[in-house]
Amino acid sequence: MLCIKNGMVVDGILAVPYKADILIDKGKVINIGKDIENTADEVIDAAGKWVLPGLVDAHCHLREPGFEYKEDIGSGTRSAAAGGFTSVACMANTNPVVDSAAMVNYIKSIAMAKGVVKVYPIAAVTKGQKGEELTEMGELKEAGAVALSDDGRPIMNSHLMRLALQYAKGLDMLIISHCEDLSLVGDGVMNEGYMSTVLGLKGITRAAEEVMVARDIILAETLDAPIHIAHVSTRGSVELIRQAKRRGVRVTCETAPHYFSATDAWVDGYDANAKVNPPLRTDDDVEAIKQGLKDGTIDIIATDHAPHHRDDKEVEYGLAANGISGFETAFSLAYTNLVETGILSMVELVQKMSKGPADILNIDAGTIGVGKPADIIVVDLDREYTVDVSKFYSKGKNSPFHGHTLKGKVIHTIVDGRIVMKDERVIV
Amino acid sequence: MALKRKDLLGLRGLTREEIEEILTTAEKMKSILLSDVKKVSHLQGKSMVTLFYENSTRTRFSFEFAAKYLGAHTASVAVSSSSVAKGESLIDTGKTIQSMGVDVIVIRHPMSGAPHLLAKHVLASVINAGDGINEHPTQALLDMFTMKQKKGAIDGLKVAIIGDILHSRVARSNIWGLTTMGAEVRVAGPPTLMPPDIEKMGAKVFYRVEEAIRGADVVMGLRLQRERQQKGLLPSLREYMHLFGITEERIRLAKKDALIMHPGPVNRGVEISSDLVDGAQSVINEQVTNGVAIRMALLYLLTRRNHDAVH
Repeated sequence: MLCIKNGMVVDGILAVPYKADILIDKGKVINIGKDIENTADEVIDAAGKWVLPGLVDAHCHLREPGFEYKEDIGSGTRSAAAGGFTSVACMANTNPVVDSAAMVNYIKSIAMAKGVVKVYPIAAVTKGQKGEELTEMGELKEAGAVALSDDGRPIMNSHLMRLALQYAKGLDMLIISHCEDLSLVGDGVMNEGYMSTVLGLKGITRAAEEVMVARDIILAETLDAPIHIAHVSTRGSVELIRQAKRRGVRVTCETAPHYFSATDAWVDGYDANAKVNPPLRTDDDVEAIKQGLKDGTIDIIATDHAPHHRDDKEVEYGLAANGISGFETAFSLAYTNLVETGILSMVELVQKMSKGPADILNIDAGTIGVGKPADIIVVDLDREYTVDVSKFYSKGKNSPFHGHTLKGKVIHTIVDGRIVMKDERVIV
Repeated sequence: MALKRKDLLGLRGLTREEIEEILTTAEKMKSILLSDVKKVSHLQGKSMVTLFYENSTRTRFSFEFAAKYLGAHTASVAVSSSSVAKGESLIDTGKTIQSMGVDVIVIRHPMSGAPHLLAKHVLASVINAGDGINEHPTQALLDMFTMKQKKGAIDGLKVAIIGDILHSRVARSNIWGLTTMGAEVRVAGPPTLMPPDIEKMGAKVFYRVEEAIRGADVVMGLRLQRERQQKGLLPSLREYMHLFGITEERIRLAKKDALIMHPGPVNRGVEISSDLVDGAQSVINEQVTNGVAIRMALLYLLTRRNHDAVH
């Protein structure tokens, strides 16, 4: 038995935090209450700390199989644990692509053997993510895929996207859309605007994202099918989704911490760690993303954890790989930039990072409740620290937040009642 | 005399004092260049490598002559663009060159920011000889040097830059440099070839070339790559010349003694009429001479810095 004592609990269900002890046995929460008498063999003193449902990431890249030099399921899930994530859904753009039941099973089996947190595979929408033929979605679902996405590549063919939404709807499967019109992206490498002009880098118009968000909303609306928009980054996208939700379209969406924490000004100096897709936008977009999170237009925060080897980043900006290693800064960025600034309460933050993503993926996670899996984190909200990528558990040290001072840190991570991170050290 | 910086990566961020120092030094270098015996020992015992990932004759030769006139050793590395994406990384190439005792690396690269990356990883001075669509600082310095020599001062000049501003590293460097030096910069070209928010860089934007040229002291044409038409950014080169070409008729709107400049190579009859290129107002050939003087000045000023640092 494990007891977490005296912490301030946000359980993902009640609208207010409360002080309580949490008793855990055999992987489940068995009691929540004040001053629980117990004979637990291990006690975590959480006095002065906050106790939250383990974070759930609806969008990450674990890179295995195919790109183990960037990350593997072992290193990626340790990184997730260090960041407070107890469940992660990994994207299908591995090599080979996760586009068959066999590949879903493969990911699950590696995760079972090496994973430190729970891994939920997302499978591809089209075979080989080529945007040509639909995958066997029914078999993918039976094998355990929690959603479908060609993330990393947009489905440019609108007819195929429509068929995918139609087919997946019948199976109750969610399609996560990577919205990017490649003809508008061209050879752009950063957000188009003043900074791209100043730096002499080819710009990517915000329209490249927004045109596809609009298309996907229209396709989902005409089919009354659910759709989830990945990594929303622009004011225009937020507004399109806001309007769609008002009309009752079954659209949900996520943003990533870097879209409310950084702007295209960070590209100055040609730092490839600030290269990500969609690209970092402007202050005005950051404001819109924050507003979207506050008013509920943006349902959840996902990391889009995209680890890369330094060989893929220490090159000419135009050649550098897109992506940010995001697990280990996500909570702190969200706390520092959203909660400390008064945009979200802790209860709302848990909704965005635990309960909400679990609901969207339809997995048993995201709350602290008697009888529920004991996926719990303890965080110190007073803790200020400087991000040091050399301390990342992830193989990917690619973070533009290196050297930045953030507030709020995950101290302990518990998965199915087992402590996987203790005192900020992953112990599995 | 020395620049305090290790590298010259762009004119963005260069102070007025630094630019003035370069231009003043270039005057002295020009007198060396125009003398009978074009050989001094300012850079004796120094070495310079040109590392070009893009084809160029004039810029590379200009640097090589500049270095040789000053007594430096030179070597050139020509790398085909196709090998940028594969093979040895830029950082490794730079370190290899540096390990041979090279003091200055002059780099031209099709990707913006490549010189900045190189500069971060080598101790040698790095001079940007053109990176992607970002900057071409020595070109803008030689342009400013030419304007200063012809007009006496840069402050207050009205400079119209006409053409493909979006893809022009020459335009960007000139905007940074000229605005720092107090000139009024006007840019004109088709909207599809105009970068967003360029007015925030201090340039006035015109979509009618006549308005940009009216009353100008300097009219600068830019090379229009035929590829822009192929990519659909322009309907045709014919219409480009019709709407934006620098013609005798349009030049009459500028000041009588306006200079006509072009960084070369010129597409005669596309961005500028052939008669203007060869006409009395054209300083295009003098720009080339001044280019050598500017590069001599920079090599001198940057290697002096290293000299001072060692001793």
